[in-house]
Amino acid sequence: MYGSIEKWFADAEAQGVDLAEAVLRRETKDTGADRERIRTRIRDALEVMENAVAEGLTSEEKSPSGLTGGRARRLIAEGPRIFGEAFTTTLARAIATLEVNARMGLIVAAPTAGAAGVVPGVLLTLREERGWSADRLVDGMLVAGGVGAVIAERASIAGAGGGCQAETGSAAAMSSAAVTYLEGGSPEAVGTAVALTLQGMLGLICDPIAGLVEIPCAYRNASAAVQAVGCAEMAIAGLDFPVTPDEVIDVMGEVGRKMDVRYRETALGGLAATPSGQRIARQAGMPELVQLQRKGDQKGEESARFGPS
Amino acid sequence: MTGLFDILGPTMVGPSSSHTAGASRLGYVTQAILGGAPERARIGLHGSFAMTGEGHGTKKAIIGGLLGYAPDDERIRTSVEDATAAGMDFEFYTADLGEDAHPNSAVFEVERGEEEATIRGASIGGGQIRIHEIDGFRVDLSGSLPTLVVQADDVPGTIATITRMLSERGVNLATMHVDRTGRGEQALMTIESDADIPEELIEAMRGQDWVHWIRYVRGLV
Repeated sequence: MYGSIEKWFADAEAQGVDLAEAVLRRETKDTGADRERIRTRIRDALEVMENAVAEGLTSEEKSPSGLTGGRARRLIAEGPRIFGEAFTTTLARAIATLEVNARMGLIVAAPTAGAAGVVPGVLLTLREERGWSADRLVDGMLVAGGVGAVIAERASIAGAGGGCQAETGSAAAMSSAAVTYLEGGSPEAVGTAVALTLQGMLGLICDPIAGLVEIPCAYRNASAAVQAVGCAEMAIAGLDFPVTPDEVIDVMGEVGRKMDVRYRETALGGLAATPSGQRIARQAGMPELVQLQRKGDQKGEESARFGPS
Repeated sequence: MTGLFDILGPTMVGPSSSHTAGASRLGYVTQAILGGAPERARIGLHGSFAMTGEGHGTKKAIIGGLLGYAPDDERIRTSVEDATAAGMDFEFYTADLGEDAHPNSAVFEVERGEEEATIRGASIGGGQIRIHEIDGFRVDLSGSLPTLVVQADDVPGTIATITRMLSERGVNLATMHVDRTGRGEQALMTIESDADIPEELIEAMRGQDWVHWIRYVRGLV
């Protein structure tokens, strides 16, 4: 896939095609897979996302740790109090996906399992609100995938590589770009959506309590979904941003590389290392993790080679 | 290079691409190299796999993989019960594979009938894996492409014969790796190809008198 937003957009323009078509052609060229096969795989992924959301919104089943389960359902049951229904549904669908993930349900890692709620939260909700056709939604997913691939090439999409900014930040940028594209935004507006979204996620650490992909992950997926929608709104309205999307992605990569390992998915710092986080880790049967968190204060670098992604 | 479905995927049983999807893939490739689900398995978990694996279903994922369940097979949730019901004898232990080992590494000692294998690999993130060692030979496999593993005598012409047989059938090689125990002793060839390798071609390779055994691993997307 493309190594920069700039090259992708220039390639689309040179071929006289839109951003989704450029991604489709590039993927066909890279892998030899035919166009319909690629579109079918995306439709299959969307179906898995829909099923996960449906299950997460109706089930009260807890994860094995007991940390998550039932919150998405509660949010929907309480109904919208501040903004409209779509806003609440976006949050609930993002949380629902992470709750299903936590209890070993089937999800699409987009781009990772820990950030799997953002794309479905945003795109499945706005599809209903905005009336996108099934084919257009696949086009939107192609744009989302194009953005994620550039981020993976230039920076990182892994919490272990760059913190939560790399996971939910990337998922938010992907979603925001897809919404902007599907709402008829120009390539320039799509680029702005990426830059705006990602600059707002810069520096976000990955500090999963008890080392589990549950808390704060489920809530961070919800807030990343909101970030994506807000930035798409601004980008579609034509608001500009003076730093290019590739430059913002590079900054995200730089911040990730300089981020202390305690904040890169090792569960040795941040929320995970608070007294509350340590209490939960002990209850979840991970006393070794708590010992490492304490040692981590003296020798964080050495003890920080652990963690999920 | 990042592919589209590295970003819009994998579709997987949660909760962790490295500790669940990657773990099941390690088990899957291990059983594929063995030629089927093992009757006995000893699995050493190293580093983060040992420490935080419990909360991520790592053991269920590995056993599921050994039963031949792909990372998106929801039977992973009941794999331990399924394996017990199928009569698989398995145990896990905490392994120390050394400072240089990837934190998400595992070592498998597996047996099936007359066959046995020792396989070491790591889950390197995003559900991707590398197999680093088979029966003491160093290898470097992803498990995502169709892969041939050929154990043969280290005699002249073996590599040329294998690659010629593949090229005559129009099979395009993606990677090739050879390791040997010593000059004139045993060699292990691992070949990743872009497309499926026909069964009769593998049979023809088995017919070479310097070939000890061949395993074929169908790639897991």
